[in-house]
Amino acid sequence: MSDIIQLHYDVDGTDFAAAGEASMKIKKELRSLGFPQDVIRRIAIAVYEGEINMVIHADGGTADVNVGLDEIEIILADTGPGIPDVEKAMQKGWSTASEEVRNSGFGAGMGLPNMKKNTDEMVIDTEVGVGTTIRMKVYVA
Amino acid sequence: MKIQEIVALIDAEVKSGSDKLEEEVSSAFGSDMMSEVLAYVQNQGVLLTGLVNEQIIRTAAMMNMYCIIMVRGKQPTDNMVEMAEDNDLVLLTTERTLYETSGILYTNGLNPAGHSYV
Ligand SMILES: Nc1ncnc2c1ncn2[C@@H]1O[C@H](COP(=O)(O)OP(=O)(O)OP(=O)(O)O)[C@@H](O)[C@H]1O
Ligand SMILES: [Mg+2]
Repeated sequence: MSDIIQLHYDVDGTDFAAAGEASMKIKKELRSLGFPQDVIRRIAIAVYEGEINMVIHADGGTADVNVGLDEIEIILADTGPGIPDVEKAMQKGWSTASEEVRNSGFGAGMGLPNMKKNTDEMVIDTEVGVGTTIRMKVYVA
Repeated sequence: MKIQEIVALIDAEVKSGSDKLEEEVSSAFGSDMMSEVLAYVQNQGVLLTGLVNEQIIRTAAMMNMYCIIMVRGKQPTDNMVEMAEDNDLVLLTTERTLYETSGILYTNGLNPAGHSYV
């Protein structure tokens, strides 16, 4: 697979209002590259949920996108607390979000299952006390 | 339904996108939880919410929606208005509650549309 372009963004973990800026830039970039609307929408949703997670559950992180002709790979990496039980975290409705996060419109326990639903591949690599890396791929049909 | 008709039906104030009131929308979704919007919405054009922060604009933009209605007299910040303009979104405010606003728009033909969370 040959990459057309590689994108890299830093996600600030201290600024909730700015969470989603990287996803927005990725969406605009993919649009200007002419990818199908459905592909862009699925990626936008998955990256946005992942970016929000890095801000509300970790201390921010990085978002890397490898844009290929046949597939788009997204790697979200943080050095936050890690996820102790991934199977539980993947269940719809399971959340450790604080009251404050819930009052900000997140913390329904929907993000990870929604990321899985919108991507063709998703692998979570996480270790408690070390961090979490999520690799997702969306095929360009 | 044209966004202009929505404005009239719920006595809304237009905060951004006044040049886009002729756009047609056919369905809507209402929630204060943005991760629910991200999980359930399929192709709804309108988001009704009582939540006030930047993420309502980003969520609507990610979902390619056309219009956000802030209910219960909630007011956007200057930054939210600017973000809405940047993303070609119509941002409306109404004094009416979420329930009332939904009822009026539903009765006048704005659909809940297909929302399937698998
Ligand atoms: N990057 C991360 N670092 C540490 N924990 C995480 C991370 N992402 C998710 N989690 C854990 O997994 C749980 C489930 O995540 P998920 O995104 O599905 O739901 P949520 O973020 O709690 O709520 P929502 O996504 O609906 O806003 C979180 O509550 C949190 O405990
Ligand atoms: Mg989440």
